Amino acid sequence: MNAITPSSKFLWQVKREYWEHRGGFLWTPLIIAAVMLAFMAMALVTAEFTAHQHGFTMNGIHIDQLASHIDADAMAKFQGALDVGLITMGMPIRIALFVVVFFYALGALYNDRADRSVLFWKSLPLSDTQTVLAKVTAGIVLAPALAVLGMIVLQLGFLILFTLYAAVHGINALPYLWSPTHLVAMWVKLAVLIPVNALWALPTMGWLLLCSAYARSKPFLWAVMLPIVTGVMITWMQLMQSFSLHSGWFWTHVVGRLLLSLIPESWINLDSLRALDHAGADPSIALSNLLSFGAIADQLASPNFLIGVAAGAMMIAAAIWLRRSRVEAYA
Amino acid sequence: MTAVVQAKGLSKRYGNTVALDNVNLDIQPGRIVGLVGPNGAGKTTALKAILGLAEFDGSLSVLGLDPRTHRTELMQQVCFIADVAVLPRWLRVGDAVDFVGGVHPRFSREKCEKLLARTKIKPTQRVRELSKGMIVQLHLALVMAIDAKLLILDEPTLGLDILYRKEFYNNLLSDYFDEQKTILVTTHQIEEIEHILTDLLFIKEGKIVLDATMDDVSERFAEVMVNPDKADAARALKPLYERQIFGKSIFLFDGIDKTRLAELGELHKPSVADLFVATMKGTYA
Repeated sequence: MNAITPSSKFLWQVKREYWEHRGGFLWTPLIIAAVMLAFMAMALVTAEFTAHQHGFTMNGIHIDQLASHIDADAMAKFQGALDVGLITMGMPIRIALFVVVFFYALGALYNDRADRSVLFWKSLPLSDTQTVLAKVTAGIVLAPALAVLGMIVLQLGFLILFTLYAAVHGINALPYLWSPTHLVAMWVKLAVLIPVNALWALPTMGWLLLCSAYARSKPFLWAVMLPIVTGVMITWMQLMQSFSLHSGWFWTHVVGRLLLSLIPESWINLDSLRALDHAGADPSIALSNLLSFGAIADQLASPNFLIGVAAGAMMIAAAIWLRRSRVEAYA
Repeated sequence: MTAVVQAKGLSKRYGNTVALDNVNLDIQPGRIVGLVGPNGAGKTTALKAILGLAEFDGSLSVLGLDPRTHRTELMQQVCFIADVAVLPRWLRVGDAVDFVGGVHPRFSREKCEKLLARTKIKPTQRVRELSKGMIVQLHLALVMAIDAKLLILDEPTLGLDILYRKEFYNNLLSDYFDEQKTILVTTHQIEEIEHILTDLLFIKEGKIVLDATMDDVSERFAEVMVNPDKADAARALKPLYERQIFGKSIFLFDGIDKTRLAELGELHKPSVADLFVATMKGTYA
């Protein structure tokens, strides 16, 4: 009767996840962006108010004269700093994304068993493989894409606010703030980071889905306590000097990867960031180095990345297998 | 004609409890089969096995497919309503219709909308805003719009008032059921559906204790109201069950010649509920 293909079924299932989690996936980043913009606007009004009373200067230059004091070198520095600012501004949205997707994955194969709606979904001709993969996609592709949308809204809102603020002071900020090549390059970078983050997040996604599919109750306890208790045991055994495995390695590469890989860009090597910081390098250069396509490609090819992808895929396969036969759960 | 459901030696145990004990079943197309049993007798386990939702031992074929390995294909031809509480509460009615239309090749959107138009349900409402009765109307509209061969109903009207219950079964009979379709239904309200059943399956402690068509049932079983003076004569014929009412005894017999029974007292056709009570006596003792 209807033209139904496996891929159209898959898209419907991703859509279903979106319907159920619109609040976390779409509204959370947009609301955070709106609240941050409101705070910025309030800060600007306060600054304006204080400036009126006391006369506002920056590095000894009155703000109205700032524009005329900028030269090409300073301009480049300013652009670099602006990029860093615009990218890091999205931090609250990234943190929220981590929390939202963490709990989404933990409930994805559990909540419908607890409220028995799994029986409705299972009454439709949907394969368990597709169902689980749709949930993976919703968590590590769709939700981050919507978070990037929220970040772009935030950046645009910020730029508009400051352009208006500058205009009030008779400064045309358009050439400083609105460089299309910079903005588009940054958005392309944010978009490219989505699949990179997704691959990095696979071990956590797989682990949480596995716990979600396995637990008859309290998936959170399984997911969080099991790795942490194991980590504590290993640390303890190491203290007792009866075990040769380095506990620090276990915490970073097992516990950390199972629980925290959903944090966006958490694959960035923080040691190299610190090293650059100590060397006194410009933070904007450091950041653009770390996020350069070359650095990303190096990361993708690293064993840490690849082993994580393989482990994640195996845990997702196990979750699919469990999903076949587990229908019950206690709410 | 090939059987819709065929089970041979179907068994399932949970730890030490036996939920299904070597069950043999043969359900033909075009039948409305009532699967009746006390709580914990294995009804839901049997349905879950048929739907591919539980592992089992023995052989089971549903529409010629093994439900364990071909669940997705099977669900194109099989529909089920577990009970009123299983539609996700966050789902919007319109989205539910879109979704089922998007994933089910045998779903007719037109038919579903026609069925929903007869109710007070609006497409913008969420399931959580609907009453229990409306939820079951929605679920039934979704399922009846699917042209499936086997419909499985597990306590579909649990907790509904009599108006919704009557409407539910009337809709099923008038707008859904035909000789191509088979319905397998479990319910505790057997007296309400016995007139629509064509077959009866009683299950007790994981075993099928009665497997008969409704015609067989009225042939085989008879209820006699006997005055006290003939009670011993009636007991000698080994009744299935005996109860007292207004100083008389009512006996339920299986397979005793009706003319002989008529000599003892007034003959009745037993209700399925009476038959059920007689068959299941001692279950909870």
